[in-house]
Amino acid sequence: MANWWVAHMLGDFLIRALLAGVGLALVAGPAGCFVVWRRLAYFGETIAHSALLGVALAILVGIDLSMGIFVSASLITLTIYCLGRVETLPSDTILGLLAHGGLALGLVVLSFLTSVRIDVEALLFGDILAVTRGDLVAIWAGGALALCVLAWIWRPLLAATVSADLAAVAGMKPERARLIFGILVAGVIAAAIKIVGVLLIVALLVIPAATVRRFVTGPEAMAVAAAVVGVASVLGGLLMSARLDTPSGPSIVVTALAIFALTRIPALAEKQ
Amino acid sequence: MNREIAVSSNILVKANNIGVKRGNRWIFRDVEFEIVRGKQIFLIGANGSGKTTCAKTVLGLIRPDEGTVARAPSLTIGYIPQKLSFSPVLPLTVRRLLTLTDRARQSEIASALAAVGLERLGNPQVLTLSGGELQRLLLARALIGKPDLLVLDEPAQGVDKAGERMLHERVEEIRRDYGCGALVISHNLELALASGDDFVPLVPHEHDDHPDA
Ligand SMILES: Nc1ncnc2c1ncn2[C@@H]1O[C@H](COP(=O)(O)OP(=O)(O)OP(=O)(O)O)[C@@H](O)[C@H]1O
Ligand SMILES: [Mg+2]
Repeated sequence: MANWWVAHMLGDFLIRALLAGVGLALVAGPAGCFVVWRRLAYFGETIAHSALLGVALAILVGIDLSMGIFVSASLITLTIYCLGRVETLPSDTILGLLAHGGLALGLVVLSFLTSVRIDVEALLFGDILAVTRGDLVAIWAGGALALCVLAWIWRPLLAATVSADLAAVAGMKPERARLIFGILVAGVIAAAIKIVGVLLIVALLVIPAATVRRFVTGPEAMAVAAAVVGVASVLGGLLMSARLDTPSGPSIVVTALAIFALTRIPALAEKQ
Repeated sequence: MNREIAVSSNILVKANNIGVKRGNRWIFRDVEFEIVRGKQIFLIGANGSGKTTCAKTVLGLIRPDEGTVARAPSLTIGYIPQKLSFSPVLPLTVRRLLTLTDRARQSEIASALAAVGLERLGNPQVLTLSGGELQRLLLARALIGKPDLLVLDEPAQGVDKAGERMLHERVEEIRRDYGCGALVISHNLELALASGDDFVPLVPHEHDDHPDA
């Protein structure tokens, strides 16, 4: 009875989007903390930009879009990792090269695929109508796996964030943790594409972490708090999107930004 | 290529004629020493003479281009790097930093803090500590996990003269109490000479090729 009522009020598609968004935010919060601590925002942007290439490949090969994005994003991560070891170019140059190279290549390949029409706007900004039952299962199963992996590499990755040498001397294999984390971020971005879209996904990683930093004293607390803020942003944003018929990605990010701004008011008032 | 050291021996690390080359310049070369349990040895030299690089070679972070480093089986090392920067965006308390790489019981944390004279520090954010407090805290962190060997890269940086002497006295006490060996990097030749411990001098190499011996 209650289920029927909820479904009636919100619509099946919205419930699916809400559940998917919550699953996503639960992983994006803690992962986003590392993105902020390790200054990986531009790395996230690179993965997200190259997602279009993944979409093109997925259509060419005939697999699920998110799967295509995950595969291409993982390949880009590996490329960044390997280039970082052999190249003397600064890392942001390598990232800029791959971000825009991937985006351009994706657009070129897509333009050849005239037989299929894809909704580029939905890819860029998210489309909650597109979340299927299958997506939901994939997001929650993948999300649970991602959280387990993150818990497993948490200590080495945190130690490596302070000092890779310290972590290595303690036998923690910081390079391995770094690579695994890169692939985990690739997975989060692939999963987020329908809900937040390519252009805005990094905001879902960075804003919750940035919002909670001043309220916590330890890294673990920051991860939990970022997950909570992320979930609140997704819920608020999706409800706003459904009510006002705004695109879901921007609505979520605007909500996250509003929460960030609200938490800053007391500090600003204090300074006056 | 670590030739292992016999379990029974008191030798923790043995560097056999090690050298590290970058480009066609030897950063250091023909360096040979042993670190023995309970003993301390100093690595001395001017800026750029290769002290940090040599320590990292001993730690296994850098592979020597010449010679070998042998380590005792299952050697645990407590390390203070020369440079550590803490990002203001990473919340980290004193206690969390102490257990960064090794889990530890409360009693272990308390005795490590006591060993460096920080028992009354409480649990503030690491970023709020003074330079001298941070160096002592890093020494305490290196003690967690009961190391066989301490590798300290300029542990007295940012510490005044009196503080430096005190810090080295602490290290000596720790060496006795924990029964570990120590490789200490310092600029301070006087202090190394006064301690009566062994020291390995490093000299800066020319930026062109070293004439073959
Ligand atoms: N990866 C590298 N590539 C090229 N040169 C290097 C590399 N690492 C170190 N060097 C050079 O080796 C020399 C020794 O560096 P190192 O940091 O070991 O010196 P140090 O004795 O610890 O100096 P300081 O007292 O300033 O800490 C320096 O001239 C440095 O430029
Ligand atoms: Mg040095």
